[in-house]
Formats: sequence, C-alpha cells, structure tokens
Amino acid sequence: MDIFIQQLVNGVVLGSIYALVALGYTMVYGILGLINFAHGDLVMVGALSALALLKVCLAVGLGLPASLALATLGAVLLCGGLGVLIERVAYRPLRSAPKLAPLITAIGVSILIEYGAAMIWSKQYLALPPVIQSTTWQLAGAAITDLQVAIVVMASVLMAGLLWLIRATPLGVAMRATEQNAEVAGLMGIDTHRVIAITFLIGSGLAALAGIMVLLYYGVAHYFMGFMLGLKAFTAAVLGGIGSVPGAMLGGLLLGLIESLGAGYVGELTGGVFGSNYRDVFAFIVLILVLVLRPAGLLGTASGERA
Amino acid sequence: MNNTPVLLQAVRAGRQTGSGPLAGLLLIGFLALAGCSREADKPAAVAGPVERVVKIGLAAPLTGSEAHVGEDIRNGGQLAVDDINAAGVLVAGERLRIELVVEDDEANPTKAATVAQSLVDRKVAGVVGHFNSGASIPASRIYAEAGVPQISPGSTNPKYTEQGFKTAFRVVANDNQQGPTLARFALDKLQARTIAVIDDSTAYGQGLADTFSAAVIAGGGKVLVREHTTDKDTDFKAILTSIKGRKPDVIMFGGIDPQAGPMVKQMAQLGIRARFLGGDGIQTPNFVKLAGDADAEGVYASMPGLPKAQMPGGQAFFDRFQARFGKPVELFAPMGYDAVQVLVDAMKRAGSVDPARFLDEVGKTRYNGVIGPIAFDEKGDLRDAPLTIYVVRAGQWEPVETIGGAAAAAPEATPAPTR
Repeated sequence: MDIFIQQLVNGVVLGSIYALVALGYTMVYGILGLINFAHGDLVMVGALSALALLKVCLAVGLGLPASLALATLGAVLLCGGLGVLIERVAYRPLRSAPKLAPLITAIGVSILIEYGAAMIWSKQYLALPPVIQSTTWQLAGAAITDLQVAIVVMASVLMAGLLWLIRATPLGVAMRATEQNAEVAGLMGIDTHRVIAITFLIGSGLAALAGIMVLLYYGVAHYFMGFMLGLKAFTAAVLGGIGSVPGAMLGGLLLGLIESLGAGYVGELTGGVFGSNYRDVFAFIVLILVLVLRPAGLLGTASGERA
Repeated sequence: MNNTPVLLQAVRAGRQTGSGPLAGLLLIGFLALAGCSREADKPAAVAGPVERVVKIGLAAPLTGSEAHVGEDIRNGGQLAVDDINAAGVLVAGERLRIELVVEDDEANPTKAATVAQSLVDRKVAGVVGHFNSGASIPASRIYAEAGVPQISPGSTNPKYTEQGFKTAFRVVANDNQQGPTLARFALDKLQARTIAVIDDSTAYGQGLADTFSAAVIAGGGKVLVREHTTDKDTDFKAILTSIKGRKPDVIMFGGIDPQAGPMVKQMAQLGIRARFLGGDGIQTPNFVKLAGDADAEGVYASMPGLPKAQMPGGQAFFDRFQARFGKPVELFAPMGYDAVQVLVDAMKRAGSVDPARFLDEVGKTRYNGVIGPIAFDEKGDLRDAPLTIYVVRAGQWEPVETIGGAAAAAPEATPAPTR
C-alpha cells in the first residue's frame, strides 16, 4: 500500500509539471489553431538560463532565496520575451498562410532553439549546484519532500490564477473573443495581435517556471530536455481536449499518474512480459483510446471553454 | 637529424641502382660525418645504421565532448614515440624513426571509417586507436583488409574483437569481463543476496546488465527485478519506487552518468538504503557532480585497468608526462603509450617494419608496459585484463580493489586459455 501511495505522489508531482507545460500548448492552439512545437524547448531555455543565472548570483555572494528569486525572474522574462519574439518573427507573417506552413516553421524554430542552446550551454548534462537541501517527510509509508509539495502548490496556484485571468478579467474576455473569431474580435476594437502576443508571453513564462521546477526536482538540465517533455505535455493537452485550459490541467495530471502507475505496475500485472521500458507506450495507448472513444479529448467540446 | 630526406633519397638511390644498401650506407656514413654532429654522440650512429622512417597512425576523438580523452591518448602515444626515437631502436639493422600520424575521429563511426581509410592510404605500419567502441568497430574492418594491426587503448565493447579480424587488439578489459567482476564484488564483498538491475536500453547498458545478472545468478544471488529506462530520461521515481517495494540489498545500473547521477539523487529522496553500483559509464567526475557529494557517497563502479597509482610504470611515467605536456594524465595515456610500444616491440622481434611480417608477432606479445604485463588471447583481447572497483568517498573516486592483471607476468604461458 505504501508503494502505491508513493507512486501516486510521484505521479501527481510529474503530472503538475506536465500540466503547466500543457497549458502553453493548449492556449496557443485555442487562439491560433497552431501547435507550437517550440514550446517544449522554452522549458529547456527556462531551466538552463535559470541555472546560469543562479550560478552567477551565488558566485557574487547573494543568499539562496535572493539568488533563486532573481534567477526565476530572469528566466521567466527571458522565456516570455523569446516566446513573443518567436510569435512575431516566425508565426505572425504566416497568419493567413495554409495551416501546414506555421507548423513547419514551429518545428524549425524548435530545432533552432535546441542547437542555439547547445552552442551556448554545450551538449553536456549540467548539474544544479547542491544548494537546495530538501527535507523528507514520511506520510503513510511514502516519502514526500518539501520540494514536491512546493511544486504541486505552485503549479496549482499558477493554474488557478490563469483560470481567473481568462474568466474574470477584460484581458481574458479579449482572449476568449479572439479565440472565437479573431476577425470579428478585431472589428469590436480588440487588438488581436497584442492579445496573441500576450498569450505567448504568458504561455512562455509558465514554460520557464516549469523548466525551473524540473531543474530543482531532478537537479540536471540539458539542451535536449525539452523535446520529450514537450511531446508528453502535448499529449496531455490532447488527452484533456486541446484548446481547453481545465482539460490541459486534467490531462497533465492524468498522464503523470498513468506513467507512474504504469511503469510501477506493468511488470507485475503482465507477469514480467512487459517491463518498465513500456512506460511511454502505456501513456500513448491511453491517448489513443481516448482519441478513439472521445476524439475531442476528455474536456474538449465543440463549444467548450477555450482560452 | 635534420637532413632525413636527403638520407632517404640516398638509400632509395642505392636501391634503385641495384647496388644494394651498401652504396647507401657509404653515402650515409659520409653525410653523417659531414653534417650530423648530434648523432655522432651515440655509438649506434657512429656505426652508421640506416635510418628508417616508420609511420604509426593514432586515431581518437580530438574535438567534441571527449576531446580531453583523445588528447590524453595522443600525448601518451607521442611520449612513446619520443622515447623510441631517442633510444635508437634497431630493426634489421636499420634505426627506427617513428612518425606519429594523428587523426581526429570525432567519436563518430562514419568519420572513424574515413580516418581509417586515410591512415591506410598513407601506409601506416600500425594504428593506435580508436577510443570509442562505436568508432573502433567500423574502422577495424578497414585495417583488417589492409592487414594493418590496430591496438585500441579504450574500446570495451566485446564485438570489437569478436569479428574474427587478425588485426584487432586492445589493451583494456572488455565488457564481458566487467559484468562478472561487478557481480562477484557485489556477492562477495558487499554480501548482497538480493539485487535489482536497471539498464538504459543501450547496447552498452543492456550488455553490462545482462552479463552482470547472469553472473549474479550463477554465483547464487537473486535478481529480484529487471527495470529499464532510456539514455535520455531523468525521471526514475516510478521504477525506483517499484524497486523499493522489493527491498534489494544492491541496485545495479547498466548505463552512463547523466542517468546515474539523478537516479542516485532520487534514491535518496525516496529513502532507499540499498547500495548502488555500475560500470565504467558512471565512474566519472561528472557522476559525482550530477549526484552531489552527499548522494554519491558510497557508490561503487568498475573501471577497466589498474588505478593510476598502481600501474607498474606508474609514478615515473606520470612525472615524465607532466613534465612533457604540462598537465596530469587523465586515464588512457598509459594505454596509448603502451600500444605504441607493443607495435614497435613486435617490429623488433619480427625484424621487419612491414605489417605483413610483424603482425603475427603482435599476437605473441609479452611486454611489460606502464599498465602492467601485456599479452593477448587468440581474439586479440588483453589476457587477464585488470579491472578496478572504485568507490566515492568525499566526492572523489577511490580505488577499492583490483581484480586480475597479474597472471600475464609468467612469460612462457601455456597456449592461450579461452575465457
């Protein structure tokens, strides 16, 4: 039983990170109908730039909380700026082009960011300096660290904040209007270019925060780390219903749990025929099932709430 | 001597005119008297042996993330060349002057084949290299077809010598020796009865985990579970939690440091007390950096070869290396040094610098090198190759014990025992 609880804990933490990244995919898809494949790489830029800033701050003698805050702020600003820049340079000129064109540029941008990062930070796995000392609590036989709690709490707060922003602020109204029909929204006096830019800013900022969580949680960062993470988060977004903000959250959490429990129990359940190397297969089988039985995803409906 | 080309021309001229080496010798004697005062210091030169330039190729990764390893090997090889040229080694009455032809294979299999072809085209007598198994294996076919002996200073994949090429040799242990050694260490020294095994789904990681598991079972231990991850992953919580439920004495990982570092960290977070051990892929300073000193403490790993301090040619070699290149030996320089020496030793015994003539002698090598006694089995693997188990203490890898590496000292061994 304690092992089961431990796997649940693992899954919830992993799922929170997936959910945060999935939000970026789903927001952009909701408004532009574009799958921003460079989004996973922004997570990587967030992690690597935060690591670099953290090292600099610690080297000049700042305390840990101040260094961490500065590194976080710097990484979020950098990624936010990068997200807006990508939209301005790579997607906006193609707004009226066939759907396939921005998809291809998105892949191009993704590769550009990856190898740009490899040039700046090398292809090595970079280690987080041992500055974070996490405390472990025992709960019903499962080990939970304060870092895990912090990640889940922070992800929840960010997601709640985003929901509030979309539902209750004028900006949120503008975002939803743009999502429903950009042309008409423009006629109603909404600066849709600005709304789209802000969407990228928010999504990229969240990606940076997710990157920092990954960095703190696993203690390593690498120029290619965004690829698989991005793919999983995209899967989570589709699972929950792409375009739906609550769907991305649910999808992320579900995917994290499926992966944890799948990898933990697939060996026992199949009598050793399938091992934990089928972890990713397990997650994607669930995705296929959802798509076959409910093509719009769990929470995605034709008229559902989208951001 | 600075006027080598002239001398060579003299020798060649002698041969072409059919007057044999005698005319050349006379000419050389004349030239040596005329212009070469440095050589006159050495008795051998006074007697006037013909100088013979022999090219030895050296291929290793000299750019990219493993550039420091390649450079270490190249410097080791260069030091051997310097020593041989200074000592005035005679082969069939001719004084050897070795020229090292260095090539960068970028740790890339395709580039390695190109480099190998280029070395063969330049008529090298032998090759020291390559470092990566993925480079040595494709290159070995090209050397084999050209009949050029190849001695790898660092490739551990068993396939390298299993292709049946007479020209492929190595001066390190292979992975088939590493797995069983780790298993014996876990069973005997760590008193482990129950073991969980994880691999990273690569040829190296799976191979190591397979040979380890087989040896554990053969030695009476129990492999509780075999889990898998990939060489890209950093999240191992799910498989570690599953392993935690089975309470193993030891967790063995077949893979490399980018995974092992976070894995050890996550073990600590999950409160797993089992010992952790792995192969040469995790025996790196980078592993300690990725895991952090506290979590890396007490992790065991095996590494082919003797620890630097225990190499028979050890300290003297390290001092000379430091003086010549201004930096310490990383790890593979002694292998590079010995590989060159083994090639030249075979030339001496065969009395020829022609690979077709001295290749057989490479196989019969009995040489006491910096790394210890060197002899090859019928496949070209280092006989009784030493392996060392290391442990992390206070952020440093420290040798715990060495297994093998002494038996080749008996010079007249009976025909090669098969492993």
